[in-house]
Amino acid sequence: MKRQPRSHDVNRRDFLKRTAASAAAVTLAAPAIAQNAGGRVVVVGGGFAGATCARTLKRLDPRTSVTLIEASQTFTACPFSNNVIAGLRDLKQQQFDYKKLDADKIVVTFVPAMRVDADARAVILNNGAKLPYDRLVLAPGIDIQWNGLPGYNEAAADRMPHAWKAGDQTLLLRKQLESMNDGGLVVISAPANPFRCPPGPYERASLIAHYLKTRKPKSKLIILDAKDAFSKQGLFLAAWKELYPDLIEWVPLSKGGRVTEVDPKTNTLTTEFGSHRAAVANVIPPQRAARIAETAGVADKTGWCPIDPVTFESKLQQNIHVIGDACIAGGMPKSAFAANSQAKGCAAAIAKLLAGEKPDEPRLINTCYSLVAPDYGISVAGVYEPRGGVLADVKGAGGVSPANAPRSARELEANFANGWFKAITEEVFG
Amino acid sequence: MKRIHCLIALVILVVSTSAASAIDVAPAGAAACSGCHPMSRWAGTPFTRLVGRNAAEIVTAVQEFRSGKREGTVMDRIAKGFNDDEIKAIAAWYAAQKE
Repeated sequence: MKRQPRSHDVNRRDFLKRTAASAAAVTLAAPAIAQNAGGRVVVVGGGFAGATCARTLKRLDPRTSVTLIEASQTFTACPFSNNVIAGLRDLKQQQFDYKKLDADKIVVTFVPAMRVDADARAVILNNGAKLPYDRLVLAPGIDIQWNGLPGYNEAAADRMPHAWKAGDQTLLLRKQLESMNDGGLVVISAPANPFRCPPGPYERASLIAHYLKTRKPKSKLIILDAKDAFSKQGLFLAAWKELYPDLIEWVPLSKGGRVTEVDPKTNTLTTEFGSHRAAVANVIPPQRAARIAETAGVADKTGWCPIDPVTFESKLQQNIHVIGDACIAGGMPKSAFAANSQAKGCAAAIAKLLAGEKPDEPRLINTCYSLVAPDYGISVAGVYEPRGGVLADVKGAGGVSPANAPRSARELEANFANGWFKAITEEVFG
Repeated sequence: MKRIHCLIALVILVVSTSAASAIDVAPAGAAACSGCHPMSRWAGTPFTRLVGRNAAEIVTAVQEFRSGKREGTVMDRIAKGFNDDEIKAIAAWYAAQKE
């Protein structure tokens, strides 16, 4: 990797020459340097990670020129999209725009990023535009691994939706549930770790079960799982027993739960132990960091991006930082809360680096709420610090909601889940 | 030549002090709080706003969540990730934030 001269290095040299010529130049040229000292940051991806990072950077040092590259003018949030699937919420409540980022003087460009030229320190957009950067932040989220499950591809997703990127897929799954006859079989296929939103498949199963129980009570739901353990497992299993007895069946890996092939023509999911013909099939496939990460050379052979736990700078490429679902964040799950927390830590580190200072060690937090029913919430929380080259759990902190809490505590957490969504979306987009 | 060096030193001093003063990085952990506790007064959430709040009150609340004296839902679990000095630094930073 060849280090390219940075524009403000050049400016500084020119400036010093001019300073030598005349003392009066000091007062004239000093603001020009100060204006440039913030440097140029390009952020790719306008989700919880990218939008937070762009805004925090601008707030920490208004001199920094911040450009946000995002393919879509409307952001559709994944948290609470399971409520949309279960008919409890409108998709519009998940959607946000970037007007407030414009107001922050962030240059928001709605053109997809095609590739990153790490040596030239530039992002190349689909329209051919080339954006140079001093520091690049990649917050691109996930891509579905289309070759990760035999039989599953983009065409199959029209019949067997993944609904793991909120939007049309969310509505498709909802529509399929609405048009299913009472007594139908819903099958959810859950992937192996790591993937976006670890408790997500189980919250989805819960809220679909809530829909079935209230609207189509003769129906059944099976979760075919490529794992033997999952996030908040004890709490989910206990709540299912209480709320949805005989409705939800969870089949773990050791009982033959791993889906090895799907057939969209017959809506069939095949495991090592047999096959399930579904009325509605929700295939949550294996995932990886979105493609732009690969073009930048920041994804490793796992498909995800290793990072420095203090600065979020890629371990594979200098001057490129990776945050959110795409990065390997040690103990932190791939969640919106984690992405927002990482983005603020990354912005602080970049502001310091651009100012020639040493970044502080961050302390990050995650909280993930899941709804088992509209008035029944559970959570997992964690606190993280850089340790041993990764973001590690602070010992003694974090954990899940208590097992034997009264129903009033579950109601309170459901209320807090709603409050969290309002707070975080206000911070990121409001 | 000596005069030029002095000038350069002066310029670098001016530039570096202005850069340092421009970046108010929150103490470790503080930035993460606003994932729930809104910076903006318009979020309409059940969570306490920390901006401009009395620092001692914040410190007491977090310490009581940590010890179990105050009942929490998630704050009891999160507070255990911070020592007294860290809690005080976070509280002081929020107390100093303007509307």
